[in-house]
Amino acid sequence: MGEIIAVHDLVKNYGQFCAVNHISFTVAEGKIFGFLGPNGAGKTTTIKMLTTVLDPTSGKILVNGHDPTRDQKQVRRSFGIVFQDPSLDDELTAYENMDLHGILYGVPHAERVERINMLVDFVGLGERKKDFVKTFSGGMKRRLEVARALLHNPRILFLDEPTIGLDPQTRNHIWSYIQQLSKEEGVTVFFTTHYMDEADRVAGDVAVIDHGKIVAQGAPSELKERTKCANLEDAFIALTGHAIREEEANAMDRMRMMGRAWRGGGRR
Amino acid sequence: MKAIYILCLRQLKRYIRSPARIIGSLGQPILFLVALGFGMRAMFARAGGGNYINFLSPGIISMAILFNAVFSGIEIIWDRQFGFLKETLVAPVSRLEIVLGRMLGGAIVAFAQGLIVFVICLIAGFRFVYSPNLPLAIFFMFMISLLFAGIGTVFGSVMQDMQGFPLIINFIIMPIFFFSGAIFATNGLPRVLLILLRLNPLSYGVDGLRGALINQFAFGLMTDLAVVTVLTALLLAIGSYFFSKIQL
Repeated sequence: MGEIIAVHDLVKNYGQFCAVNHISFTVAEGKIFGFLGPNGAGKTTTIKMLTTVLDPTSGKILVNGHDPTRDQKQVRRSFGIVFQDPSLDDELTAYENMDLHGILYGVPHAERVERINMLVDFVGLGERKKDFVKTFSGGMKRRLEVARALLHNPRILFLDEPTIGLDPQTRNHIWSYIQQLSKEEGVTVFFTTHYMDEADRVAGDVAVIDHGKIVAQGAPSELKERTKCANLEDAFIALTGHAIREEEANAMDRMRMMGRAWRGGGRR
Repeated sequence: MKAIYILCLRQLKRYIRSPARIIGSLGQPILFLVALGFGMRAMFARAGGGNYINFLSPGIISMAILFNAVFSGIEIIWDRQFGFLKETLVAPVSRLEIVLGRMLGGAIVAFAQGLIVFVICLIAGFRFVYSPNLPLAIFFMFMISLLFAGIGTVFGSVMQDMQGFPLIINFIIMPIFFFSGAIFATNGLPRVLLILLRLNPLSYGVDGLRGALINQFAFGLMTDLAVVTVLTALLLAIGSYFFSKIQL
């Protein structure tokens, strides 16, 4: 199978601060790909560049065969996304939010109505679809956002910490649907998460990013083998924790890191 | 085209569903209408200006439109903070369609507020001296709405948060209102004020609206029409440009 996402030597600088530092990776079509890393590692910045809302400083990206800096429309049509923080209109109802999305993505009316009803039922919001989103809990909003991202039958699904704040039931429910979607319809899933057990269970491949650089790449089993760890969480800490120990070795390094953390804190 | 329609509709829905906002933003124009209109009426008449309520009302209508239109543009910051902006920016529609939908929606909301204030002015005693040219009045009201929705969009696109908001109110919106001829006539003004007035886009909107309603022009109908039309087109273009430059 081909590569649906190909990133080559990608860089994003914010002034002096380098958020993404010469990273390269590929995602095979139909795979579930976990993009892991501690807070501020550059995960969200990378997703923003893949999804056309942020221009890279340098490097090359291909998403579904198109360049996000040039063929924005083709790229945008090919993915659905659940952002790290909410992106619903609170003053509209759940149904209206879905409908607006469907119209923006050019989903024909009959298909729109059918898919909206199917998807809100799937995420367990069928009864609440006429209610204003401002009356929803954080978990309900998340579920609605997942449903919305799937509305236009995207080829790629970007999920930036999609299960944050969700109970285990909903998390399992959503992941099993996403796995099924990936298997049956060949949708490629690109996700970030801080739950390593989740990544271990669902991801075919993962990449670990830290301080803007990819420090490890491969199947979760390979990472565990390489680090001689029993689970992915330990492997993750072995991989990313290493950098912290190096920092401690050098006081100057540490100050530089802190400076970075401060300046990087405002934008993600 | 559908994207423009749905984003415009979204703003209308938000407007209609928020009665507090509708009533709240009537406060300021009513205050000015009552305080100035009735407070200065006797003085204005003694100075030979005629009926002050009649003179003032087009200015107050313009004021309501000005504030609502600029706010609608600044709403981009809200959408940025509450996340909805992202949803529109990753959609496969051009930024131009998104921003046109927003500006059109904002302009219709501002226009609706203008109409409400129009009715309030009639209740307060605004009377037509000659038979008014209502289509022309509506044209000017809508153009002012669009023009300042464009200006608001520029601010909303450039500002990252609400910190700069009082700055815009006090140093841009208020001066635009006060130096537009909305509350005083142009004759006998100091030279500096007259220049400010001539540089102010709202002056031509107010003058056109006043002319259409009470047949009293300071600059002349053709000047008003030309300036307002050209500026509106220009600001829609500038607003679109700044919006298209937004990165997340």
